[in-house]
Amino acid sequence: MEGILHVLRLLVELGGYLITVVPGLLPIVLALATPLALGALCGVVNERSGVVNIGIEGIMLLAAFFGYLTGFALHDPIGSAAALVAGIAVAVATGMLAGTVHAWLTISVRADQIIAGTMLNIAAFGITGYLNRLVISPSGRGGAGVVPPFHAPDQIAALPLLGPIASMLLDQGPIAMSVIVIVVLLQFALFRTRWGLRTRAVGEHPKAADTVGIDVLRTRFVNVVAGCGLAGLAGAFLTLESTGSFQNGMTGGRGFIALAAMIFGRWTPIGAFGGALLFGAATALGVIVNVRPPDGELGDVMRTIPSFWYAALPYLATIVILAGVVGRATPPAADGIPYQKEGRLPASF
Amino acid sequence: MTLARRTLDGWRLVAVPALSILLALALAAAVIVVSSAFTPGGLDVLLPVRAYSSLAAGAFGSPTAIGNTLVGAAPLVLGGLSVALAFKAGLFNIGVAGQFLAGAFAAAVMGAWAAAAFAPLAVAAALIAGAVAGGVIGFIPGFLKARTGAHEVVTTIMLNNAAALLLTWAVTDLVRAPGFSFPRTGDIGNAALPVLAGRNLHLGILLALIAVPAVAWMLDRTTIGFEIRSVGANPVAARYSGMRPVLVTALTMTLAGVLGGMAGAIQMLGVIGFYAPGITASVGFDSIAVALVGRSDPVGVVLAAVLFGAFRAGAPLMQIETSVPVEVIDIIQALVILFLAADVLVRRVFRIRRARGGLGEPETVTRSWSSPEVATAAAEPR
Amino acid sequence: MAAALAMRGVTKRYATGTLANEAVDFDVRPGEIHALLGENGAGKSTLMNILYGLVAPDSGEIAIDGLPVTIADPADAIARGIGMVHQHFMLVPVLTVAENVMLGREIVGPAQIVDRTEGGRRVRALAERLGFDLRPDARIEQLSVGQQQRVEILKAVYRGARILVLDEPTAVLTPQETSEIFAVLRRLAGEGAAIVFISHKLDEVQAVADRITVIRRGRVVGERRPGQTTTSELAELMVGRTVSLRVDRGRSRAGDARLEIRALRVADGRGHEAVRSVDLVVRSGEILGIAGVAGNGQEQLVEAIVGLRRATSGTMRIDGRDVTKGSIRQRRDRGLAYVPADRQRAGLVLSFPVYDNLVLTRYDHAPFARGFGRILRDRSAIQASARRLIERFDVRTSSAAVDAGTLSGGNQQKLIVAREFRADLRLLVLDQPTRGLDVGSIEFIHRQVVAQRDEGAAILLVSAELDEVLQLSDRVAVMYRGRIVGTFAAADAGRDRVGRLMATGSAT
Repeated sequence: MEGILHVLRLLVELGGYLITVVPGLLPIVLALATPLALGALCGVVNERSGVVNIGIEGIMLLAAFFGYLTGFALHDPIGSAAALVAGIAVAVATGMLAGTVHAWLTISVRADQIIAGTMLNIAAFGITGYLNRLVISPSGRGGAGVVPPFHAPDQIAALPLLGPIASMLLDQGPIAMSVIVIVVLLQFALFRTRWGLRTRAVGEHPKAADTVGIDVLRTRFVNVVAGCGLAGLAGAFLTLESTGSFQNGMTGGRGFIALAAMIFGRWTPIGAFGGALLFGAATALGVIVNVRPPDGELGDVMRTIPSFWYAALPYLATIVILAGVVGRATPPAADGIPYQKEGRLPASF
Repeated sequence: MTLARRTLDGWRLVAVPALSILLALALAAAVIVVSSAFTPGGLDVLLPVRAYSSLAAGAFGSPTAIGNTLVGAAPLVLGGLSVALAFKAGLFNIGVAGQFLAGAFAAAVMGAWAAAAFAPLAVAAALIAGAVAGGVIGFIPGFLKARTGAHEVVTTIMLNNAAALLLTWAVTDLVRAPGFSFPRTGDIGNAALPVLAGRNLHLGILLALIAVPAVAWMLDRTTIGFEIRSVGANPVAARYSGMRPVLVTALTMTLAGVLGGMAGAIQMLGVIGFYAPGITASVGFDSIAVALVGRSDPVGVVLAAVLFGAFRAGAPLMQIETSVPVEVIDIIQALVILFLAADVLVRRVFRIRRARGGLGEPETVTRSWSSPEVATAAAEPR
Repeated sequence: MAAALAMRGVTKRYATGTLANEAVDFDVRPGEIHALLGENGAGKSTLMNILYGLVAPDSGEIAIDGLPVTIADPADAIARGIGMVHQHFMLVPVLTVAENVMLGREIVGPAQIVDRTEGGRRVRALAERLGFDLRPDARIEQLSVGQQQRVEILKAVYRGARILVLDEPTAVLTPQETSEIFAVLRRLAGEGAAIVFISHKLDEVQAVADRITVIRRGRVVGERRPGQTTTSELAELMVGRTVSLRVDRGRSRAGDARLEIRALRVADGRGHEAVRSVDLVVRSGEILGIAGVAGNGQEQLVEAIVGLRRATSGTMRIDGRDVTKGSIRQRRDRGLAYVPADRQRAGLVLSFPVYDNLVLTRYDHAPFARGFGRILRDRSAIQASARRLIERFDVRTSSAAVDAGTLSGGNQQKLIVAREFRADLRLLVLDQPTRGLDVGSIEFIHRQVVAQRDEGAAILLVSAELDEVLQLSDRVAVMYRGRIVGTFAAADAGRDRVGRLMATGSAT
């Protein structure tokens, strides 16, 4: 009995601790969630049209690298600000280019979608590692720095309740800030516009879409390429807005966590964003416990948990969420199934 | 069947992997040439020739080089078998990296504990520990897939990341051996795999080669193998026939994990010797390439493992002699997979038809996130 | 008057070598209902898929209103005024009626935002004109099969179709719904539409068509007018030989209860109750047929009986022993055999050789498995058994070693029948046993079913083909919204009476 009370008291303390640290943590949560959210949106746009993309991790990595490389190369000739803008543009273009490869493989050649995605992941690891060792490491100099973040005006940040939320949204760089706009736009577009209606039809019942004259393959191609542009933006965020440097394999599984966020959000943009925030919060917890641990016994308990466990938390949370949600979440009915028009293959009798 | 027919079929079977490798080498050569323009040396059209000959020299140029290739190939044989076995059940095991690390860690800990024991016992105990640890890591995604439909591709990769962190914690906080300046496990002493020939041809190579016919036999001749192949080829029909896709999925991933753990164990006991943070496992992704190039066929897996073992063994010499980064191997690997995935295209370009009866063709791996046939199995009476 | 549609010399050979259409001529005039009659696999669907731009013909030409046209894809077909109601509905289940109707021709406002109000208004107006009771904002997955078919017709009319093709439209309907759809077709024809009615049902083409073209093995073998022909003449044209339309079977000698179901309730995949307190008894030596419109719980009932789906409450006994909680395997070991509805997805592993498919449900039993824990497969026993079964069930295959996927549909079904109709069979569950098969295979399978009954098996037959249920069953139970709403002896089960029960759940 006493033991239970003890645990309960610790939980209450934990709640109190979270309430005190979370408001200050919100900007970090959104920043940590940004690449996950953009990756998850890439997944939503791809999978709503029926194409599974597990290469998001690799696409992010490629975009992060080439965005960084652009900033690195253009920093001296055109100055930091222009180089960063060019870097972001190149990162998005890289994402779309990689998306074209995935689209070509999965839609045109009807290659196995999971294997195509795996190929992208391995290729990204190889290409970025190769060029990093060849071009960037020997030079010994840095990139173009990071896009400077904005700051919420103090009057707004000081408001009760609204203040922390306003700072969460405003104490960000341009990419993190744009995420919210993209989420809302995509949510509206997917459920209210012609593009959204056709995308959902193609992902649910491609043959039905085909028989009313919708070009299934073209719709999928466009969605995969455009969606991968968002993954490219996620890559740009990592090197050009968040860290200002490139390390091999720096995506660290974010592309896969993004997929879990997408599934958690049941293939809707807003839901996926919610999932990304959740994973961002899990990661932020590991950060804050080291920086500002709570007092008293709770602090002792939380400090005893080795930092490796906090670091592993997002990965373990991904597994738990997948296991808990996926069985009940229904993916688009034609997700992962290549579409082939009749008559090109022998019909089955 | 006439001999000519048989040869033709054989050619059709190996043609696509062989051509994919050649195409990948050619395209990687182009990458090497183009990227050389950005180095101080300037554009060098002949660089690929020099790079590939260094690569070949590093892999096959001397008895030691050949030994390194074979030693490198041994864990790839086991890892490739692991991926191939999962393919047969319709599962994609990207978790060899995590299984490898768990196997290596468990073998290191058990080896250090039994370092002074009678050598055959110490070796056996360490190998079994590695296999069990790999099996546990494999079982988790298999069980989750079977019971909840959580896709193994995501769960295995997340486990790879989590396992690396948690094993680092374990070696730092739990089993750190005293007397060293950095966290590591103790010496494995008698648990080291005996060297059979040359400088480093250890017993693990033999173990890997025994595993090949064992897996083939299980798939081909046993009822469990039949269940695995049925669930892989058509899980719905398997379930309707009274098989238990849930059990088979969990079992297959466990067995795949055992093979992945064995790969880690023989690498630990035959080559590395102790577990320390930062041990990386290129074996993970290499194993996928090996299984795909080997077309999930046991003999094919051995040949592909030797090829990628040679790449890994020769790459350091290539980087030293020609400054071409070792990561070019990853690029080659991705390109090989690209051409194999787009095999329709390769066949069209080179006018190769499919082997008759689909013999030995790889089965498709993927379905979507939640496979309804597995998820609905939860509604089944038990 | 010029034909609304004329197809001349259409030929199509698939890559497999199958000649699906050979020099087919076919036309239809405005205001006419022209039936295309042929058995499954005769090439009717291929011809219409060519018309709709889904399949490219090898040769031949198509003229619309007398002008030659090429139809490369469905968009072309729609632009030419062709509308098609496919046998398997081309509707997106998660979208609404209005969204499905508009899809591909959406009414959009600024920024391509779909105008739901205007779309709903137009769809409602169109539905009223055709006399359909459909809510534009209802989701397709909430509609009955009959309503879904009306959405398909609405789709075609919305796109301005003047030539309307219906592929086996009555396959899933009750007799009452069938006559309703006939009335709709006559009204559309009266408004000047040209209608192609594809079917293999002789009475229906006689009842609705103005003209009947019969197609066999890809070739047109005759053209008749309904008043000037007989059902047996049409049957002979369609099959190419005299066929007996009746199943030849003696009286049933029903014995002990083999399957007893009490107060069974089963939920479907989404948690809705699909089977609501069903009581059933099937005796040895009898065939109990379950009639009902697809989606009234038959699927879940069968799944519960064979052990694929857990019952929420109630009991099931086989030979008096409770199997409610038994696994599929335990039930099979008690003598249950099962022919599933979807032979390619659930009945066979198409990439496995014929001999492995023949032991798919018995692979771990003697003599196919031996050794400790029956772990070793005995390949010679498996192959010997395969040779016997292929011979006995007349499976047409070049050898037992070819993949099951290379066999024709009829032979694939025979493969399953050969595997399931084993000697120690006690209870046989048949779900759509002849769906999509040619007449020869249907006759063969029906004879085998009757033979099993006569040897004392208890047989539960579920079929969407009311005629099959009525012809084959000794007793007929009607299922409606998860309940058994009536059980009759074969002699009392009149087509109209059963049809009314299927449609409304009540006899009045």
